[in-house]
Amino acid sequence: MTALRGLRKARWAKYVLPVTAVVAAALLPFFRPPLDGFLDDCILALIFVAMALGLNLIVGFAGLLDLGYVAFYAFGATAVGWWASNHFGGFNGDGLHIGVSSFTESQPGIHVNFLLLLIGAILICALAGAIIGLPTLRLRGDYIAIVTLAFGEIVGRFMQNGDEVTVFNDYALSNGRESIAPVDQIDLPFLDQFDSALNLRPYYWTMLGIVLVVLFVNLRVRDSRLGRAWVALREDEVAAASMGVPLVKTKLTAYAVGGAIGGLAGCFYGAYLGSVNANQFQFGFSILILAMVILGGLGSIWGVVLGAIALTFVNYRLIPDVLDQGAVNDLKNDLGLSFTFSEVAFGIFGFVLVLMMVMRPQGLLPERRRQIELTEGTEESVFEARI
Amino acid sequence: MSDTSTTNAGPTLDGAVLATEHVTKAFGGLVAVSDISISVAPRSIVSIIGPNGAGKTTFFNMLTGLYKPTAGRIRFDGTDVTGKRPDIITSMGVARTFQNIRLFSTMTALENVMVGEHSRMRAGLFGSILRTPAVRREEREVRERARETLDYVGLSGSQVDTLAINLSYGDQRRVEIARALASTPQLLLLDEPTAGMNPQESDRLKEFMQRLREEREVTILLIEHDMKVVMGVSEHITVLDHGEKIAEGDPQDIRNNERVIEAYLGKQAE
Repeated sequence: MTALRGLRKARWAKYVLPVTAVVAAALLPFFRPPLDGFLDDCILALIFVAMALGLNLIVGFAGLLDLGYVAFYAFGATAVGWWASNHFGGFNGDGLHIGVSSFTESQPGIHVNFLLLLIGAILICALAGAIIGLPTLRLRGDYIAIVTLAFGEIVGRFMQNGDEVTVFNDYALSNGRESIAPVDQIDLPFLDQFDSALNLRPYYWTMLGIVLVVLFVNLRVRDSRLGRAWVALREDEVAAASMGVPLVKTKLTAYAVGGAIGGLAGCFYGAYLGSVNANQFQFGFSILILAMVILGGLGSIWGVVLGAIALTFVNYRLIPDVLDQGAVNDLKNDLGLSFTFSEVAFGIFGFVLVLMMVMRPQGLLPERRRQIELTEGTEESVFEARI
Repeated sequence: MSDTSTTNAGPTLDGAVLATEHVTKAFGGLVAVSDISISVAPRSIVSIIGPNGAGKTTFFNMLTGLYKPTAGRIRFDGTDVTGKRPDIITSMGVARTFQNIRLFSTMTALENVMVGEHSRMRAGLFGSILRTPAVRREEREVRERARETLDYVGLSGSQVDTLAINLSYGDQRRVEIARALASTPQLLLLDEPTAGMNPQESDRLKEFMQRLREEREVTILLIEHDMKVVMGVSEHITVLDHGEKIAEGDPQDIRNNERVIEAYLGKQAE
């Protein structure tokens, strides 16, 4: 009886921490002013949590090293640029408007309700994920990384030079190195249009909602037939295929679902920034997301959440607001060093990653499986004996 | 063979569950398997033997779809499966184990066996996300069946939830067989199952194979080096050497076959 009670208690206890965290996260904006730098960082953190969870699904679960994840941000953001701005100004005379507020309705170009945008971004990115997956199907390990890296670069370059590429009469693909701006503020059904110049809270709650959906999808898929097939694939492709796991379909699903999540987050990011800036579609972005996944613990959902939050705050708060200002900056100037920490941000990430690899290679909150891979079957004990 | 009526006859050779016709595999200039034709009767236990490098495992890899034959046909249960994908062949009812254990080492024994049922499950992406009642039920049933299968091969209690990597060698072999059985195969291919086992364990495995055939009505095709097991358990033996079939017949024939003795012991100096 006591054992049973203990079990029930453990089951119940399992939910305490996540629920507390979600409630705390939902209430957080009430303790900050509506327009607040900290809240801004939190929204960014949530965006990166979603992206890192999407990448974790591809790299952590299915073991396919994807170095071109920025492509999904690019597609998601471009969906906003195309379908929620004046970019296609000449389209359809007065433009095309679907479910948008009265102010936006008066604007030329295509303007679509944010919910439809999200769905569009998901579909495009799932398709793009499957397409990027196709050429990597016959490849393994490092070669997958190279192909995906190239894919990310192609998409980035394409958008950066998209002003030269026109389809139908003079509709440019993008605005080139200049952003597509302004894009519409988020407009959800039954709510007033958001205004990021006055109040960040609605943006925060919307993104929190998206993160919860992504988390839900991740947790459900992990403990399913598909999740098991991914792990089997990661462990031993030959054995997995011989046990009846279809390699092509299973891999493509990983790319598609991971890509769709990236597109979802990218779509929100574009709308939140208010502009779609092709200069952001850089290799460094993919690496930043990958660093979040590795820092948190490859394959570990809660670890990745933690890793994404940590690196976002390092990148958007610690470096520009703490290191590049005040005492640290003064000290640096006194030493006669003339650089800003923002300029060497990637050096700092690299340093953090090296530290992690030496001190805690399994990540902040390691996945049970990865921990075994990294600790068992090594010759650690032999080394220890020698010392 | 009085029970041929229970199997799908089809255009196979006398109701064979597996038949290969002139199967050949060449890697560049090297012919690993050359012109092998065999026929396996339903519910029989058949062995393939031969010295190291004879092409036994290559032959297995063609049967399970890991390699595409350079020439020849493979028929399973009346259907041509030559060059089909491994997962399709598995879903049709062929399962295998590997010479070097290839368990998913960071999954538990139970999870390993559940992966074995992949081709028998239906849950898709959206069903898994929404966890519909059908998916929930399927998941529960598969878990239950996987436990039963593990129990059948002799794993129970805490071993079921032990990570494969932490199981003893013998238990890992058992889990591999359970994982293969999970796809409810008609034909089970065992690649040197007694490798690394002591004589008592080999004996037990021998009995287990006979039990499998009786209780689960599977046909067993076996690659084996342990002659005591081979001679004791198989009804029919095919001998390969340098990729070619040099003999076949019942254990008695094989034991007295000169070419087989030669292949194993070498030619006597003249």
